[in-house]
Amino acid sequence: MELECDGDVVKVNDLHFSYPDGNEALRGVSFNLCAGDKVALVGPNGAGKSTLMLHLNGILTGRGEIEVGGMRLNPDNLPVIRAMVGLVFQNPDDQLFSPTVFEDVAFGPLHMGLSEDEVRARVDEALRMVHMTNYRDRLCHHLSVGEKKRISIATVLSMHPQILILDEPSAGLDPRARRKLINLLHEMPITMLVSTHDMALVKECFPRTIVMDEGKIVADGMTAQILSDAALLEAHGLERP
Amino acid sequence: MHADAFDRYHHGHSLLHHLDARIKVVVTVAFILSNVLLPDGAWAAFGLAFIFLLIANALSQLGFGFTLKRSFVALPFALAAVTAVFSIPGHALAEWHLGMITLIPTDAGLLRFVSILVRSWLSVQMAILLVSVTEFPDIIHALTHLYVPSIITTIIAFLYRYLFVLTDEVMRLMRARQARSAAAPGSRSGGNVWWQARVAGNMAGQLFLRSYERSDRIYNAMLSRGYKGQWMAMHVQRIQLRDWLVGVAAVCGLIVMQIVGRL
Ligand SMILES: Nc1ncnc2c1ncn2[C@@H]1O[C@H](COP(=O)(O)OP(=O)(O)O)[C@@H](O)[C@H]1O
Ligand SMILES: [Mg+2]
Repeated sequence: MELECDGDVVKVNDLHFSYPDGNEALRGVSFNLCAGDKVALVGPNGAGKSTLMLHLNGILTGRGEIEVGGMRLNPDNLPVIRAMVGLVFQNPDDQLFSPTVFEDVAFGPLHMGLSEDEVRARVDEALRMVHMTNYRDRLCHHLSVGEKKRISIATVLSMHPQILILDEPSAGLDPRARRKLINLLHEMPITMLVSTHDMALVKECFPRTIVMDEGKIVADGMTAQILSDAALLEAHGLERP
Repeated sequence: MHADAFDRYHHGHSLLHHLDARIKVVVTVAFILSNVLLPDGAWAAFGLAFIFLLIANALSQLGFGFTLKRSFVALPFALAAVTAVFSIPGHALAEWHLGMITLIPTDAGLLRFVSILVRSWLSVQMAILLVSVTEFPDIIHALTHLYVPSIITTIIAFLYRYLFVLTDEVMRLMRARQARSAAAPGSRSGGNVWWQARVAGNMAGQLFLRSYERSDRIYNAMLSRGYKGQWMAMHVQRIQLRDWLVGVAAVCGLIVMQIVGRL
């Protein structure tokens, strides 16, 4: 299926990457993301989803071309691109590294060089967006997993990213926390790329799905179409919701 | 799973709880310094220091004996100073023969030893009070605003944040070990001491590897949010007149103590 846009938010062309130990994690990945896209990234463990995500804001650099917001990703515009790409790591204990919620949500805007008043305004706004306003002064290690996940999302929303990238956001959540997260993903009007094994979540939240396996994109199209292709799902270890 | 064993903060709304953290840190450090500077055997000044401490306890509304009850944890460390009894020259009080060696306690040595005990006992209590009435992140902020180098405050902040994660990880490893050290019916579980030592060694190695990998991921998370090698902090606290007044009163008390100690 051909998508009707030229990748105005993210454009990736023939990306290859090997870890230092020789493990070939990405073998020629190409795709586009357009403004407003909500895309699920699915595939078995070890398919290369996390590795791909780490490339989109230049934490890892492989061979190939990456454009974000029309800019080539290179060391010069790395700071700008990191502000545009809101990447949330899988484990919230890695994402939330400050003692308090406020400090963690303020970290991004503060390091973008914004004024203190602006930083405070952004923290309040981000916490409001994830419905966690009264957690502002809480200690990070006192939060439940579900709360940590939502605060994690706030930590990048405060940077006003153009695209939100979430690595397995629903992993380890109980049903109620998962439901809250799904509602949150529904109501946020922002371009998203979300990796997950949760096919029910895919069906509910993401109109478009990219399937990865062994470092390659094996399918990219409308979620409904992909979920109805039993042979494809079976071949890549996915279950129908 | 939750490790809260390290949080010493006691929630409250007393004068001390609401005092600016910088003032609290400075007064605590000044109090400890003042104790150190008092001459040996300045009993009147030590008494004043104890009264100072009791007043602080009262102001914290945690109870008069709050720090007293918690102060004895540090005494074993102070006992390291026991060598002073025998090494300071003075009048011999006795002569003890222990096989090859002869120990001669002196009056000056004894005086020094007791003074060291009193000093550390008072100082530890004030430090306990500080962490009981101040949330830990506020102490870190205070240090930042008192121009402690950011590398040190950053390390303390990480230590505080990840102590909890690490202890959780240790508990998980221990549980995994327990789950696998079951015994056949009739025999003792757990293996011999060598086996246990080997398992403990493996656990330490595991813990190191996991922490190492975690530090990598945390650093990536920091980079993703614009970290460029310089940690920035906000000026969240404002010192008010009341903070200054308490600070000045405390410092005056310490000066009086020093004068009394030298009379
Ligand atoms: N730090 C690393 N060093 C070496 N190999 C790695 C590292 N991280 C991931 N890999 C390998 O790269 C491949 C892709 O991993 P990853 O991107 O984490 O997959 P996914 O997120 O889809 O589960 C896997 O084979 C994995 O073992
Ligand atoms: Mg992954």
